[in-house]
Amino acid sequence: MTDVRDEQIEALVEQLTSGSDPIDFDGLHAAATEDGYALSTPEGGEYEGLSEADLRAAAGDGGVAPYVTNWYYWEEVVGHRGRHRRAFLRHAEAAHEQTVPERYAALEDGMRTEWGEVVVTATLGAHGERRYEIRHTDDAGVDSGPLNVDSDTPDADSEALDRYDDPLDARELATYDDRGRYRPLKSAPSLVSGWVFDDLDGRDAVETLDVFYPASVANWNREREGDLDVTHWRETAERQTGIYDIVEDLPREAVEWVAQACCVDSQCLKRREWQYEEGDDLAADGGAGAFPCREPCSLVVAAARKWTKLAEEETHTYEFELTPSEKEQIEAIIDAVADGRVDEIREADVYEGANRYRTRYLRAKRFDDKGNLSGTPTHPNEE
Amino acid sequence: MQALVIVAHGSHLNPDSSAPTHRHADTIRATGAFDEVKTGFWKEEPSLREVLRTVESDEVYVVPLFVSEGYFTEQVIPRELRLSGWDVSEWDSDGLSADTATLSAKDTGQTVHYCGPVGTHEAMTDVLVRRAETVTGDPDVGEDFGLAVVGHGTERNENSAKAIEYHAERVREMGRFDEVQALYMDEEPEVDDVTDYFESEDVVVVPLFIADGFHTQEDIPEDVGLTDDYRTGYDVPSEVDGHRIWYAGAVGTEGLMADVILERAADAGAEIEAAIDTVREETRDAEATGDVALDRETGTAGD
Repeated sequence: MTDVRDEQIEALVEQLTSGSDPIDFDGLHAAATEDGYALSTPEGGEYEGLSEADLRAAAGDGGVAPYVTNWYYWEEVVGHRGRHRRAFLRHAEAAHEQTVPERYAALEDGMRTEWGEVVVTATLGAHGERRYEIRHTDDAGVDSGPLNVDSDTPDADSEALDRYDDPLDARELATYDDRGRYRPLKSAPSLVSGWVFDDLDGRDAVETLDVFYPASVANWNREREGDLDVTHWRETAERQTGIYDIVEDLPREAVEWVAQACCVDSQCLKRREWQYEEGDDLAADGGAGAFPCREPCSLVVAAARKWTKLAEEETHTYEFELTPSEKEQIEAIIDAVADGRVDEIREADVYEGANRYRTRYLRAKRFDDKGNLSGTPTHPNEE
Repeated sequence: MQALVIVAHGSHLNPDSSAPTHRHADTIRATGAFDEVKTGFWKEEPSLREVLRTVESDEVYVVPLFVSEGYFTEQVIPRELRLSGWDVSEWDSDGLSADTATLSAKDTGQTVHYCGPVGTHEAMTDVLVRRAETVTGDPDVGEDFGLAVVGHGTERNENSAKAIEYHAERVREMGRFDEVQALYMDEEPEVDDVTDYFESEDVVVVPLFIADGFHTQEDIPEDVGLTDDYRTGYDVPSEVDGHRIWYAGAVGTEGLMADVILERAADAGAEIEAAIDTVREETRDAEATGDVALDRETGTAGD
């Protein structure tokens, strides 16, 4: 399946004769010696004293060719300039764990990497070129067969999804959730499904991911390299100015509630790595996401501002008349809103406390004409 | 390799806020003048804190899509981008003249050419005029027309009014419009009284705002008297006190804004002359092929 193009061999020869270091990459060893060219691979044997014509013949040999096309893809096509991009693409085919023949076999079937709510599938194109497909994880079952990247007629299942080829098209897909609401937080688990980027090169694949999950590839790779710069809550709060200046007054226990409210997997797919401060971890679950969250985001800071202002209020003791079921109903309503379940509660399911009819009945019964629960004013002294 | 990074405010509530930023980035990307064109936001993603790490180039031109020099351009953006050694004196500006400062990004080690905001660049005057052409559908608009340049006002920052005055004066000097007036939302002379300030029957009202939001879609249309309730919409032009008011919406949505971004980068040393010519030409073409209708409709959307 893997044949070597002339251009790839030219590049190999060019590399060996340019005075650069000998090639030592993913099992391919090649050098220009005084006796001619030397070439070896784990499966393809060892050659020495090759003429250029011999080198060309050896490079095209079945056991060697995958190593040559693999070298060409990583060193000539992907290159080293985009360090995070390269690291992600290597990760997408487990390049640090598997040999070239193992990877080539696996790539024939497609190698999957989940990233937030999307899955990237790496496959092998012609001459060792890699192709990448990105789709929503919910759509993963739609096409279980190998991706037919060289075909002009994609399979019928793939046709059912809207097909895209420009990474910037992801911007539109990521702007609204399935109810048309704006998604200011790109890592919220509310990405719409029903689309596919079915044939991307490596650059466009990473670009597409970076539109769906901005900066996620860079932060993931920094973490992998042991170089992720985490900025904890205290430092973030102290950096704020202007209207956000006040968030540093938010009590520590309230920061726990912020993390519980905003940063768990049900709300955000980034894995929270920031804590209250170095050496003082928050108890809330940081989540299990593929890529890290390295500091409180602007949404968290903006919400924390509101909570800081609310924290300035003193508590009051209110007296309400409620039946036990009504108290439980209020708790059920709060749970339903907090868990985003309001729309799932069926119209006629009056056994659910947060059912609309149940809630309207409670309001009719317990609110006075000013909207006060059980007729108890919010600010009794101002009445 | 050289990259352009456009930085803007963005919004947690409204996707219209960042839409022009993305559109101008697309326009510039299509010229191929930069190896990479990225966007970063205060309220959206990638954040200003992380945008530079999405850029592979070592040489980065950062252009703030803001109207005036002030809190964001002087404090927030340099702080969040982690520009080493930034001090506002690097710009040596009188409030209108910030051009560029070359700094190192502490986070990534990139060389950052940190440019002044688009709103104070002289090329912005051309965008105001282009906006008037777009909204009237007349490439020669000016004769028998007044032009009002509308700003937020000096509530927090005196440089905001300086930018409005500056462009109003430059349009006046062109001698193209019969009358030109700077007006404000929060101070005298107020946009509420727009018809008091013009003799001309036709007046184009152009807010010097980067994006359409509640100021340009709700406050100003109601203040000017185009409508009692922005939700019911209004016509362009609308009749107000015997004047025809051509309300243009935020100038920042005009395609030619991409040119101002490029001018800022060019002033900072980016070699992109050909791209500047292309953008000037192509954004004008767009205007002749139907963007006018699109922009007019946004005047009645209000959401």
